[in-house]
Order: sequence, then C-alpha cells, then structure tokens
Amino acid sequence: MWRYVLKRLVGLVVVVFFVLTIAFVIVRLAPGDPAALLLGPDATAADAASLRERLGLERPIFLQYLAFLGGAVTGDLGQSIFFNQPVTQVLAQRAEPTVFLALFSLLFAVMIAAPIGIYAAYRRGSFLDQGAVSLAMLAASVPSFWTGLLFQRYLATDLGWFPSSGYGGPDAGFLERMRHLMLPSLVLGIVNSALILRFTRASMLDVLGEDYIRTARSKGMGEARVILRHALKNAAIPIVTVVGLTFALLVSGAVVTERVFNLPGMGNLVVNSVLRRDYPVIQGTLIVVATLYVAINLAVDLLYAVIDRRVKY
Amino acid sequence: MTPLLGVENLRVGFKGHGGTVTALRDVSFQVAPGKTLALVGESGSGKSVSSLAIMGLLASNARILGGRIRFAARDGRLIDLLGVDARLRRSLRGAEMAMIFQEPMSSLNPLFTVGDQIGEMLLLHEGLDAAARRRRVIEMLELVEIPAAATRLDQYPHEMSGGMRQRVMIALALICRPRLLIADEPTTALDVTVQAQILDLMRRLQAEMGMSILFITHDLGVVAEIADSVAVMYAGAIVEAGDVGPLFDAPGHHYTRGLMASIPRPDRAPGDMLVPIPGVVPPLSALPPGCAFAPRCGRADAACEAPVALRAAGPGTQVACHHPLVAEVAHG
Ligand SMILES: Nc1ncnc2c1ncn2[C@@H]1O[C@H](COP(=O)(O)OP(=O)(O)O)[C@@H](O)[C@H]1O
Ligand SMILES: [Mg+2]
Repeated sequence: MWRYVLKRLVGLVVVVFFVLTIAFVIVRLAPGDPAALLLGPDATAADAASLRERLGLERPIFLQYLAFLGGAVTGDLGQSIFFNQPVTQVLAQRAEPTVFLALFSLLFAVMIAAPIGIYAAYRRGSFLDQGAVSLAMLAASVPSFWTGLLFQRYLATDLGWFPSSGYGGPDAGFLERMRHLMLPSLVLGIVNSALILRFTRASMLDVLGEDYIRTARSKGMGEARVILRHALKNAAIPIVTVVGLTFALLVSGAVVTERVFNLPGMGNLVVNSVLRRDYPVIQGTLIVVATLYVAINLAVDLLYAVIDRRVKY
Repeated sequence: MTPLLGVENLRVGFKGHGGTVTALRDVSFQVAPGKTLALVGESGSGKSVSSLAIMGLLASNARILGGRIRFAARDGRLIDLLGVDARLRRSLRGAEMAMIFQEPMSSLNPLFTVGDQIGEMLLLHEGLDAAARRRRVIEMLELVEIPAAATRLDQYPHEMSGGMRQRVMIALALICRPRLLIADEPTTALDVTVQAQILDLMRRLQAEMGMSILFITHDLGVVAEIADSVAVMYAGAIVEAGDVGPLFDAPGHHYTRGLMASIPRPDRAPGDMLVPIPGVVPPLSALPPGCAFAPRCGRADAACEAPVALRAAGPGTQVACHHPLVAEVAHG
C-alpha cells in the first residue's frame, strides 16, 4: 500500500512539473507586451523598458523558466503586477469562497443525487425511477446562470432566505460569509447532481443483480441493510470517481458562478487578471487549480484501494 | 409424520414483454425432517425457481399464481410461507431455512471478509456481540473443515479457492442451525474431486446437525450418493417422484430413464453407450398441450397429447406418463 502511495506521489510530482512548464509557456505565448499594457497608452518606451527589467522579462527565456521553477518549488509563484503582492497571498485570499463553494456544491449534489439514484435503481422501471431520470436530464440541461437568476429572484429577493449576491461586507464573520455561499452552492449542486445521479443509479443497478445480493437477502436481513451495506459499498467506486471529478470541475469551473453571484473567489480573480494581463496571477491560478485537480484524482484512486481490497497496488 | 416442508400445487409465472409465462406448473413435493430430497432435471426445468419460491427470493417479475408452501417452524407452528407477513418470513430466512448457491465465486460479497459475512447471520438472528460472533464463526469454519480457521476468517473471498468458498457458504448457511438447507447445484461449478469432498461434508453435517436438505442438481449421478428421495422435474412440472432405491431400480418415466442413460456409471456394461436425450427443453411459452416431454420421447403417441398428472406407480413412486416404463424395466 505505502509503496503504491509513494509511486503515485512521484507521478503527481511529474504531472505538476508539466503543469508548471505549460503554465509558463502559455502565458508567454499571449500577444502583447504586459509592461506596456500595465502602464497604459501614455507611458513612454523607457518606462516600459524599466518595468520589463523589474519583472525579469528582459532575461533569456530559459533563465526566466529556471527562476520560475525554482520559485514554484519553494512556494513562490512570483509577484502580482496589479496587486503588488505575492501571487500566493493573492490566491490565498481568494481561495476561501472558491473552495467552500465547491465543497458545499458537492455536498448538495451528493445529497440530492445519492438517495434518488439509489432508490431509482432499487425501484427500477417504476414511475419514480423514470421521473428521477427525466429530472436529472432537465437539471443537467438548464444553464446554471438561469437557475441562479431564478433562485436569486425567488429565494433571495422575494423570500429573503439567503443574500442574493456578494460575500458579505469586509467585517462579515465566517458564518455570514458561508451564508452567502448557500444559494450559489445550491445552483451548482443541482446542475452537478445530474451526472452523479446517473452514475449512482447505473452502478447500483449493476450491483443489485449480483449473486451476493441474493445471498444477503437469503440471510434474512431487511432491504435497507441489503441496499446500504451490501450493495452500496460495491457500487461506490464509480460513484466516488464521478464525485471526485465533479469536485475538480467545480473548482476549475467556478468562474461563471462567481461572476453571477459576485463572489471574490479565484474564478473572478482569474478573469480580472486576464483583463489586467497580470501574468503571474494567471500562471499561479492555473498551477494551483491543475495541481488540485491531479491531487483529487490521486485521492480518488487511493479511496478505491480503501474500498476494495482487490485493487492491486 | 408431518413433513418439514410441503409444497402443494405451486404455480409461478414470470411477467415479460410478451405477457406472463408459467415456469412452475402445479409443483408438489415434500421434504421429511432430517431427510434429503433431490430435485433433478435439465437446466431450465424450474429447479431454481422452486427453491427461490420457498426462500421468498424470486425475481421481482415473478408472480405466485397459485399453490401453498407449508413449513414446520422450530416452535411447532405450521407456517403458510406464501401467506405470512414479510417480517415473519424474513426472520425464518437464514435462521430456520438457509440456502447455498451454485456459484461460489459470485455468491459471497467481495468487499467483506468471510468472517464478517458469516458472523452477520449471528448478528441478525441472535444479536451476538463481535467477540462471541468471532468465536462461533471460528467453530463453524472448523466444522466445515477449513484449515487455519482463526486466520481464514479475516480473509476476503478472492483469497480463497472455489471449494473453500463453497465451504464458507455452507458455514454461513448452517451457522444458525436451520431446519432446512436448500442447496441449489452446490457442486456443479467445482472440480470432480472437490465435488466429492463437498458432498461428503454435507452428508456428515446432516448427520451431526439433523437438518433436512433440498438438494438440487441436474446430475442424477450424485443423487444416489446423497438423497433419500427424488423428484424429477421437466419443463416446470414434476414428472416422477419416489424413494431413491425403487426409482433408480425401475424408473417409470421415459425422461428419467433418458437422464439415467446419459450419466456415466461405474456399473455400466462394456459397450453400453452414453445416450443423450435428443432435442431440447421446449420454451415455456410454447409447451405442447399434453405431456411436455412428448416431442422428445420415443414412446409418444396420440394419447400423449392429453394432459397427464402424477399418479402412483411402483412401490412409493409416482409418475406422470401415459405409457410408464415400470413393467418393461423391472424385468429388462
Ligand atoms: N426472472 C426471470 N424472468 C423470466 N423467466 C425466468 C426468470 N427466472 C427464471 N426464468 C425461467 O424459468 C425457467 C426455469 O428456470 P430455473 O428454475 O432457473 O431452471 P433450473 O432448473 O435450471 O434451475 C427457465 O425457463 C427460465 O428462463
Ligand atoms: Mg438453476
């Protein structure tokens, strides 16, 4: 087991190295001189040159790359041009809404999808099963900005249950900030529940036809125990996979939701940084999100091994 | 003596796309306390459906169309299994009637240790705590002759051979000392040598624990080794039944004789060929009007198009045939 974990961690390092390289290259492929753009149309060529000098953009590209790698390894992703702060610090400030938004969305998605998916599989072909499958298709096909606007209108403006947007004032406490995340989480949760529901249902259907489910019933246990103990654990691997992927996509797909709900998260940050040509921040976000994605995939693979002892390490 | 299990005129159908097909047509048989009844027939004749109906484990598209199943419970009550509420039925399952299945490879849950799966029976029916369960499971694994039981119980099914897994299934089925064990082709998936060991084990456990066995097989060869009486099934009906001795000496049904001729026997005369029964079992949706075996039977004539029921034939045997063999074979 530990050898397997070690092997996978080495793999992770390799992937992150590629991510760093790609992030470095992509940002430099973008057209336009960041120094000139930063300084605006009135700046002189000399001003731009001195800024380029300060940002290290005048050095040979290979040296820039080495410096960049060395920094990244020691946790230094450079300095934001716009904020004039370390990129890691800028990202850390924006991480809270993004990460919690993804977590809550995932929680809502699983809470909606798992029970319905399990029950739909159990009552295959019934009215509820067909209803659940249609509902899942509907949920997946309605754009989230539309659901978002709908919820803002009714749950926030009319009923006043949740704040309609923003992340609370500068002095908002943790709970108040989390309250601002409920509505967007629900929107994202509903959209993402569709896929999880379908995977749960399909996976449970497979398992419920297995001989060992009949054995479980022959032992005289109730249906709840058959489903929740004997079937669900066997159905878990595909479900865990799709839940992990959904989480990764939620983090990387935060842009739209954060704009609709005006949340100061990494999604908004990356859009603004593109507009401002704040290279180091774009680079940093790319690296953090991609690394997170790879790490989640690794966590999912490790979970397999915990669930099913037959998985070879 | 009242039988432990009495199946009377059981009819089971399956709902499908083209309507309902009848898989069991008025099946009746009895299992006496402490005895073994073998249910024999080619694949598709309705043996598994019969056993699952008794256990209450039929697929969701199955419908009980008629008949009764009566079971003599430990407390002396005669229970109508098809009439009782689900709760009572469930409390009998595992505790008073248990089942082992054909496929030892897939009948155990791959994600739980065998000790956990066997011990679950004790949790469900006796409410034992973990330590007591473990002790009882080890005892039971020793009883089914699994070596190193104390370490084996922490293994997963995939770490065991087919024969070992079938022993685990037997341990699981018998740990609550059920009055009835249903064994649905328990040795079919195993090697010949392992088959013999498992049969041996079942015989020995029956002698020690005294349970009745409903032993299902398509192989008449093993029937003589384990059963006291036999019921031969064909296309969802019993075509011949009786005690093993008389029935083997003088099979009355042409199907039974066909089955006997198609098994290798040590006492077979040299030059005596194995004769498979020609043709195949007709689909349930297209059974002929009278005797279902008639299309494959050498002796069939116009009379066989009339329905035929089981009736007394030789000593302690019954046969459902318009032209039973009894007289010819007894002297032949
Ligand atoms: N769930 C089901 N749906 C439809 N038909 C079934 C189902 N289960 C069994 N059958 C049919 O019932 C008949 C008897 O099957 P079975 O009892 O499994 O035979 P066997 O004697 O080999 O155990 C077969 O024709 C089979 O196709
Ligand atoms: Mg069968």
